[in-house]
Amino acid sequence: MSAPSPVETYETLYTRLQEVVARLEAGELPLDESLRLYEEGVGLAAECQRLLDAAELRVQQLQSGETAVDLEG
Amino acid sequence: MNVLSVGDLTAVLRELLELNDGLRDLWVAGEIAEFKRYAQSGHCYFALKDERSSMRGVMWRTYAERHSELPRNGDAVLAHGKVAIYEARGELQLVVDTIVPAGAGILNARFEELKRRLAAEGLFEESRKRPLPALPRRIGVATSPQAAALQDMLNVLRRRFPLAEVILSPCLVQGERAPDSIVEALYNLYDSRVDVIILARGGGAADDLWAFNDESVARAVFASPVPLITGVGHETDFTIVDYVADLRAPTPSAAAELVAPEVDALADQLADQRLRLHGAMRQAIDERRYGLDNAALALDRLAPLSRIGRGRQQVDELSMRMQRALARRSELRAAELRGLAARLGALSPLAVLGRGYAVVRREADGQVLTAPGQAAPGQRLRVTLRDGELSVVPDQSPEDRP
Repeated sequence: MSAPSPVETYETLYTRLQEVVARLEAGELPLDESLRLYEEGVGLAAECQRLLDAAELRVQQLQSGETAVDLEG
Repeated sequence: MNVLSVGDLTAVLRELLELNDGLRDLWVAGEIAEFKRYAQSGHCYFALKDERSSMRGVMWRTYAERHSELPRNGDAVLAHGKVAIYEARGELQLVVDTIVPAGAGILNARFEELKRRLAAEGLFEESRKRPLPALPRRIGVATSPQAAALQDMLNVLRRRFPLAEVILSPCLVQGERAPDSIVEALYNLYDSRVDVIILARGGGAADDLWAFNDESVARAVFASPVPLITGVGHETDFTIVDYVADLRAPTPSAAAELVAPEVDALADQLADQRLRLHGAMRQAIDERRYGLDNAALALDRLAPLSRIGRGRQQVDELSMRMQRALARRSELRAAELRGLAARLGALSPLAVLGRGYAVVRREADGQVLTAPGQAAPGQRLRVTLRDGELSVVPDQSPEDRP
């Protein structure tokens, strides 16, 4: 229906970051794999940070038949 | 003429009573008399009367149990229930589910009655309360768009969790049409894929909160497919929807705070992951460096060159030991030799020459003479002395010693 929400994007990236960290921490990876994961992790962390820094609350109002016309306090 | 049995008649009366809405759901004001609770069954029997009339009443155990305090004789009360016929005697009686003190007022009585009824139906069950989502993506808010409460909530959400999306479902929160409006707003949210819903209303007089004590609103809240939190009125106000909701917050702002995780906490988590990421990479490198150092050492030990070196060293060592042994042996020899030479010197015939002896030899053949006959006259002889030689010729015929 709509593009993924920032939270969704954040969650996806953050979950992947957790995976990357866990795999790196488990060790026993070939060095090039470690480096590849590390680079990916650094990128993910930066993107998560960017999302947090740039986030702006989005507010959307649903239309409702009757109440839309005469809203009271 | 139509003749009915007594049983038929009471059945007809019962049907009449059950079909009458006004008699099925009513409030009666009166005074309690002859109140009796049967210990075994738990049912309560009493009379409800005023100056003009009296009527039998019964309250079944399940309802009696929901009253923290049962009425006593002489109490002025409001009783809620229905009119029914006790067929065994053909008597009318009130089947009561709620009794409240008359002084509490009809609104309060209604509130108590609804609360008891919904509780009995299980709408307040703790077991069906759901936890709020940890990271809500879309937060549904049902409230009046003009109210300060909305701005308060938006401010909280903006500050704490600006990643979220707010879906505002506007509704009336007071007045006669408020209950229907709230129900509609809630159902609109149920259709819009929100993760959590805040139903809110800023503070007001108790009567202003009445829409939140409406049965249809309570049932709509109960029907929420996602966790729903209420923030209605002030801290001290409890409404029916507060009991039905998954969580009750004392105010709209508090509801927003409960719904929104703090973005700072997320940033902390992120920083933590980042630290672990760097740490894990550093460790991976350190481990390799360590492994490399170890391998280099092992390689050194195993390298052919070093084996040759070691072999050479062994050879050197052996040859040194050999040389030392040899040197020692030749020294011994030399000493022996010196000893022998000394002894030899002592034994040498030449040594006697020093003492004034001489050796005489024929010059012609070097034969050492030990008898005079060995030398012919005129034949040259050589005489060896200590410090040199003489050449001599004998002048007479030598004679051997007799």
